[in-house]
Amino acid sequence: MDIFGIPHQALMGQIMLGLVNGAFYAVLSLGLAIIFGLLRIVNFAHGAFFMLGAFVAFLVGRYFGIGYWPAMIIAPLVVGVAGILFERFALRRIYKLDPLYGLFLTFGLVLVLEGGFRVFMGSSGNPFPTPASMRGVVDLGFMMLPIYRGFVILMAVIVCAGTWIVIEKTRMGAYLRAATERPELTQAFGINVPILLTLTYGAGVALAGFAGVLAAPIQHVNPSMGSDLVIIVFAIVVIGGLGSVLGSAVTGLGLGVIEGLAKVYYSEASTTVVFLVMALVLLLRPAGLFGREES
Amino acid sequence: MKNSLRLAVTAASILAFGATGATAQVSDDVVRIGVLADMSGIYSDLSGKGAVEAVKMAAEDFGGTVLGKKIDVVFADHLNKPDVGAAKAREWFDTGSVDMINDLANSGVARAVAAVAKEKKRHIIVNGASNMGITNELCSPYAIHYAYDAYSLAHGTGKAVVEQGGKTWFFLTVDFAFGIGLEEQVSKVVRANGGRVAGAARHPLATTDFSSYVLQAQASKAEIIGVASTGADAVNAIRAAAEFGATKNQKLAALLLWIEDVHALGLPAAQGLLLTNAWYWDMNDDTRAFAKRFNERVGKMPNMAQAADYSSTMMYLNAVKAAGTDEPDAVSKKMREMKVSDMFTKNGTVRVDGRFVHDMYLWQVKTPAESKGPWDYLKQVSTIPAEQAFQPLSDSKCDLVKK
Repeated sequence: MDIFGIPHQALMGQIMLGLVNGAFYAVLSLGLAIIFGLLRIVNFAHGAFFMLGAFVAFLVGRYFGIGYWPAMIIAPLVVGVAGILFERFALRRIYKLDPLYGLFLTFGLVLVLEGGFRVFMGSSGNPFPTPASMRGVVDLGFMMLPIYRGFVILMAVIVCAGTWIVIEKTRMGAYLRAATERPELTQAFGINVPILLTLTYGAGVALAGFAGVLAAPIQHVNPSMGSDLVIIVFAIVVIGGLGSVLGSAVTGLGLGVIEGLAKVYYSEASTTVVFLVMALVLLLRPAGLFGREES
Repeated sequence: MKNSLRLAVTAASILAFGATGATAQVSDDVVRIGVLADMSGIYSDLSGKGAVEAVKMAAEDFGGTVLGKKIDVVFADHLNKPDVGAAKAREWFDTGSVDMINDLANSGVARAVAAVAKEKKRHIIVNGASNMGITNELCSPYAIHYAYDAYSLAHGTGKAVVEQGGKTWFFLTVDFAFGIGLEEQVSKVVRANGGRVAGAARHPLATTDFSSYVLQAQASKAEIIGVASTGADAVNAIRAAAEFGATKNQKLAALLLWIEDVHALGLPAAQGLLLTNAWYWDMNDDTRAFAKRFNERVGKMPNMAQAADYSSTMMYLNAVKAAGTDEPDAVSKKMREMKVSDMFTKNGTVRVDGRFVHDMYLWQVKTPAESKGPWDYLKQVSTIPAEQAFQPLSDSKCDLVKK
């Protein structure tokens, strides 16, 4: 069966791959959206923290013999702490300045982190084996799906749903949302907003670190793995609506699929299709698909 | 007394004149070599710091001076952008007193700089790039293509795989001068040996996710998936092919693999792959000695381009010494007359089109059991003799070749 001249199999295969990529986009853009929502910081360093997560998983494996599963907990924690320190000692000082400074500072951090890893670890990257229990492929009929990639989709859905529940259904989440809308008023009610900001930044980048660990067996751990991704993730956050958690997750998965389709029908456009969608959305719904217009 | 003083002054002035007469033969009183490399990008392990150190080692081993003038080594990052590389080359030739540019990893950059060298009549020696244009349409008396090229890769790995029975090919090609040129050369070899090219998927430089391209390769049902990329791109493509089970029914042919790529892939993933390289650190005592010194400075083993950076710098300096000047035309003439026998190759010569002709080797990646430790990765399969390894002059599009 052909759909618009493309074999059914190839189409289904690309959609499936799109979902896998979309899963990464979703987890990354989630963290970015939370950070922007609360801190109003355009966190350019998100990709670098993603890379850091992958490297932490790789390094604890190499030097301490720690396996993939513990690394899945350890790496986001390490990245989260790194994020907290960065927020505490650097980011905090520029909240009152023009948002452009936040962009500069975080972009500078990207250059430092990537350059540092390149000097000490080289640019070729390092192999990261897929955990033994996740090796092999499943024959879906229309494609061979590596088990690990299926697992990535599952984890992404769990993490996105978990984050959404925390933000929408818990008291902590209520504080967070309140602090986003009216920081001064929230502070007046006795909630420590600065600590909330620090923890939010830590949690946001920990999500990036987690995505980094997920990506390590797929992408080959190398210093530039984050910067390749971060631009697309920014576009996704803009399309989903800046600061909208649900919007980022849904848009992430959706755009992964659109990218997959572009690779089938017109592969030259696959790297630009995300930005085309972004331009269209900005024209028609400037606040993004899930965003609200601010007065 | 007065006479002898006059004599001494005259003698001194004659000597001084003689000395300045000699120095006038070296422009700006320095022989400066520029290493134009990828210092920070996807190819920085293949060229980068290792290339700079290799050239510095050559300058030091030569004695630090030639014709009594200092040998100076400078370097710059071309960022894998042809316009950046060409602008740097122009600046170096115009105002930087650079006499020769070496390494030039990245075919796009090498092509752009070759055009500048031709215009400015200054030397370049290409070691990091494979594009055939250097010795064809862009050839000049000032450009030498030293380590390897797309033709030699195609006639090494490509030919060996076709002869083993891999008749239908699908290419995963990096979408710029290097990948496209390599795909073209290998396609010619495949067709000439009775094979067929089923198609190609082009991907941008520094692609991390190859899954979609691997799916296309699987759908093509070709026997061989030809990986026409290198560095991290090739590593990622090979990993993705294994991950998606492509290696069960199809075979991989990595068309340009470096020792660093094997290191990055790890032997379990890379074992059995064929690759064409001009040089490997563990060939003989000379190569091992060079590799040991290089490793002490850089912290890893040298690859064929870095060994060639060293060897070609030596050749250039020897030519300057033999010519008694760094004047480009005289040096060009000397380089095309001399024979190079060193740790890189034996009896290598530069042809009129600028091609440095030497033996190439087909290697196979060892199994984890065969390897005795880190960097012990390759075993030799065969030697491709110099006269077969490179494009025959009769096929050359270089206008210096008389037909």
